[in-house]
Amino acid sequence: MTTPGEPEAPTVPHPALWAVLYRSSTPFWEAVARHELSLQRCSGCKTWLMPPRPMCPRCQSAESEWVPVSGRGKIHSWVTYPESPHPAFEAPYSVILVELDEGVRLVSNPSGIAPEELEMDMPVEVVFEDVSDDFALYKFKRAG
Amino acid sequence: MQMLEEYRTKSYRNDLRPPVDANLVKDKTAIVGIGQTAYSRNAERDELDLACEAIKKAVDDAGLTMADIDGLEALTLDRVSMPTLIGSLGIENLRFTSEVSFGGGGACALVMHAAAAVATGAANYVVVYRALNEASGHRYGRGDGYAEYLTAAPTLHYGYYFPYGFLTPLSWAAMYTKRWMHEYGIKLEDTGWYSVVLREYAQNNPDAIFYGKPLTIEGFHESPMISAPLRLYDCCVDTDGAAAVIVTTADRAKDMPHAPVYIAAAAQSSPIETEIQTSYNRPIVAGLPETWYVGQELYRQSGLGPADIDVAQLYDPFSYGAMIQLEELGFCGPGECVDFCLGGDRIRVDGDLPLNTSGGLLSEAYIHGVNLVTEAVRQLRGTAYNQVADAETAIVTAGPGLPTSGLILRK
Repeated sequence: MTTPGEPEAPTVPHPALWAVLYRSSTPFWEAVARHELSLQRCSGCKTWLMPPRPMCPRCQSAESEWVPVSGRGKIHSWVTYPESPHPAFEAPYSVILVELDEGVRLVSNPSGIAPEELEMDMPVEVVFEDVSDDFALYKFKRAG
Repeated sequence: MQMLEEYRTKSYRNDLRPPVDANLVKDKTAIVGIGQTAYSRNAERDELDLACEAIKKAVDDAGLTMADIDGLEALTLDRVSMPTLIGSLGIENLRFTSEVSFGGGGACALVMHAAAAVATGAANYVVVYRALNEASGHRYGRGDGYAEYLTAAPTLHYGYYFPYGFLTPLSWAAMYTKRWMHEYGIKLEDTGWYSVVLREYAQNNPDAIFYGKPLTIEGFHESPMISAPLRLYDCCVDTDGAAAVIVTTADRAKDMPHAPVYIAAAAQSSPIETEIQTSYNRPIVAGLPETWYVGQELYRQSGLGPADIDVAQLYDPFSYGAMIQLEELGFCGPGECVDFCLGGDRIRVDGDLPLNTSGGLLSEAYIHGVNLVTEAVRQLRGTAYNQVADAETAIVTAGPGLPTSGLILRK
């Protein structure tokens, strides 16, 4: 599992290195590395906790569980970068906001969908792309 | 559509606690001095230098000397070291300092905290300032600045966004603006009037970055699409410069050179599930509950409502960021703000709600919203470049889409 260190000028670290900013995020990304999409849910009131966190904001319970989710949802919105803001990303690329069937919204990239093909409420499903041996990203392709 | 209904009815917003007692601040504190540097794209001066000039001008404007100043209020993002600043200004002994977080969301909170300090006797004269080389130095709006947000105080959410190249504030705003336009059926060709009117204001304001550079509606629609649906001229203007105000009690304010501008209400709001400009897990992604909460509290404290406001200074990191606040503050209904600005007459100086009359952050300068406070003070003194006739009340807000703050000021 990759964890962030102090940024070293002048090298610009790949933004994926910053995935785990808090320890509460570690189980989420460990599951993604296994190509599983699991969300944290409060054991008491069943509120989804995304991003993961140590305490439920609705009932203050510290008890939570990791629940595999469908990985299916709809594109709620998106943006396209005509120019890259960072050397790690090649323009043009898009960032999508996916509303999962469970109601939680995730930021991601489209997989196999060109920027001009994106549509509001397009059905999508999760795919996984390995970044390294122990780190992967979840992305979304058109639902089959 | 259930989410839209929740937005319309505000059913997900809910603060049932007893209201705060703001009686020490309301009408008992005032802004008595304002100062600013030139606003430019390259000051060739450091931020300490800019801060000193703006603060000295504000102190002079208030008829005070540096020896009178005993409090200092800054943003946590400010790059000027406070002890260095105190030493440069020559303040013998500072009795009160505090810092406010949330960047532009803290612009009005700076004044609120200063007012609380003078109202409770922690200090007599508090300086509020902001100095930044946003144009020539570190540019917050650029993606390669992301590491700075992380080292300052890493927001949990960024760990889920940055790996996907979701890196710039404008793209975060475009994400919710696009959905908002979709849900309300906003046509791209109806937009742009907000930017055009602010540029008109800047043509009468020699301090504005865009003074002498008018913008037509055609010019707006020809400007580059930076992050659809947001064009270049939907964005604020990166600026080098500084602005400062002096806050004291209403009793002291009576005997000072300028007529006092009283603080009729001051509020902050940090609602649940608020991220720093990326609050995508709220019922509607474009809603600004923090602005709504601030507005409700400002109206409650002041006893005024939207119809009583003579001039508005709404924080505009980009055009929709200010326009959607018109809805949240009750100046128009949900989904109506683009119509409200269509043709521009309602927000011009003789319109229903003169808006960002110095040119705002889009066309005057981006001094993190402190320049909106100084413009509200000029309007209530009657000394603005685009003076609203008989202006007696002004609303000022801080950054939308993050923990925010606001003020109602009056003559």
